[in-house]
Amino acid sequence: MPVQDLEKIFQQKIDEEIKIEPKDWMPDAYRKTNLRQISQHAHSEVVGMLPEGNWITRAPSLKRKLILLAKVQDEGGHGLYLYSAAETLGMSREEMINDLHSGKAKYSSIFNYPTLTWADIGAIGWLVDGAAIMNQVMLTRTSYGAYARAMVRICKEESFHQRQGFEILLVLSRGSKEQKEMCQDAINRWWWPSLMMFGPKDSESTNSDQSMKWKIKRKSNDELRQNFIDMIAEQIKTLGMKLPDDKLKWNEERKHYDFGEINWDEFWQVVKGNGPCNKQRLDARREAWENGEWVRDAAAAYAKKRAARQKDKAA
Amino acid sequence: MSALIDYTLHLADNSLILGQRNGEWCGHGPILEQDIAITNISLDLIGQARSLYQYAAVLINDSELSVSSKASSPLERRFGGEVSEDSLAYLRTEREFKNCLLVEQSNGDWAQTILRQFLFSSYQYYLYQYLQTNTDTTIAAIAEKSLKEVSYHLRWSSEWVIRLGDGTGESHGRMLKAIDELWRYTGEFFIPADYEKELKIDGASLKYEWSKKIKTVFDEATLTVPPDIFMQEGGKQGRHTEQLGYILTELQYMQRAYPGCEW
Repeated sequence: MPVQDLEKIFQQKIDEEIKIEPKDWMPDAYRKTNLRQISQHAHSEVVGMLPEGNWITRAPSLKRKLILLAKVQDEGGHGLYLYSAAETLGMSREEMINDLHSGKAKYSSIFNYPTLTWADIGAIGWLVDGAAIMNQVMLTRTSYGAYARAMVRICKEESFHQRQGFEILLVLSRGSKEQKEMCQDAINRWWWPSLMMFGPKDSESTNSDQSMKWKIKRKSNDELRQNFIDMIAEQIKTLGMKLPDDKLKWNEERKHYDFGEINWDEFWQVVKGNGPCNKQRLDARREAWENGEWVRDAAAAYAKKRAARQKDKAA
Repeated sequence: MSALIDYTLHLADNSLILGQRNGEWCGHGPILEQDIAITNISLDLIGQARSLYQYAAVLINDSELSVSSKASSPLERRFGGEVSEDSLAYLRTEREFKNCLLVEQSNGDWAQTILRQFLFSSYQYYLYQYLQTNTDTTIAAIAEKSLKEVSYHLRWSSEWVIRLGDGTGESHGRMLKAIDELWRYTGEFFIPADYEKELKIDGASLKYEWSKKIKTVFDEATLTVPPDIFMQEGGKQGRHTEQLGYILTELQYMQRAYPGCEW
């Protein structure tokens, strides 16, 4: 069948909301875009374990320590589902990891910011997971089946994480003067980076049109960002804290909050590798991988020996 | 009563400190699946520690000692009232922790972490089996509930000891180094502290089963059980290695820096 016809059938399926599955024909660019996006998402989960993992040993109560451990463990699990989903598009996990370590593959820039105080763990849950959920809820309906199904599982856990994060901040906001300051400081530092998580403005976003047509994405960056701002601007009232934006104001006409200008220079600097922790995060991942090499080799060597012994026994 | 409190704290401290150590791996494991597994073990251990600290807190708060002369107990004096799972974990000092020396040893490489887990889980497995029939029903219930988790820790760590011991030349060498590092801390399991003697907890009776288990797994891993060597002890009585102070510094930082806050 000529490619044009295959493309037509493919687009028809998309338009009829039929999921694309690994064995289906798909345009190369569709495969590549999904692979890039899913592997980037997987890397984000794994790199995202680091800033929060940073507080596991120092969590302020046993209950908080347990919740945080469970949360970071969930993120590792999300990384696993997503690597598996990406593998269905024809790239091995090891190749993807190599691309991460070489800097070829990206991960969410938000994880290049440091977790300086305990309140950052709350702010990450509330704002960062909150922003991620906006995107992920949309992705439960993405056109590539394996990705959509992974997202359904992930979304359930993420919304739980977001509530836990908010609850950390709620306790701080009702605590001592120092705790309140810690809470406000974390919100001040995480607010703008979390808005940047939705990516460049629609007018500057290069991949968006095609992704919308293929229903990889269903909402634009600006739309998702606005939904997030509207949600958080309401939720913060419960905390009695302030978002660090003087221009933030309800617009009755638009039925949305207006907000100030995002510092896009900072956004591009962090994307380029100049965020406060880009180097540390990648170094930590590479180091874990390199230090683990002998372990992976040993496991492989043992599995081989065992298989050979079982074969001998059977013979 | 004070022996039961001490013993409960001893069990809790074992689980907390090993859970804390394993938690250091989170995000840095050699394979994502194993990163998740070690974090999971950490979760189980800290969960056990919480149940045990909660029980110890009840015992302390209810004890006549605390009612009649609150100020006479250093624990009470420091906590200024009710003792809780968190005050026990976060406000006691190095000399008050009663964990075995083994669990506070550093993670080292994956071989050392695995061996530490295996040596301890195999001990904890037989200990909890033994404690299931303890006359103290709370201890018995916690032991019974934890045993399921510990069985998994034991299976997981045994499999890794075998994989590394019988894997490559390098992994075998690293296991030997880990044994050299850690074996000296296993003798303490079977030497009863005063509070164990008082409660008639016969830890020495577990040594036979424990040794048999170690030998079975080491044999399969092509590793040799070391000959009798000098064993370090003291953890159960609060005499620790230099490692514990640093663990507590990190663990207790928030509660020390912001005393009396809710989190």
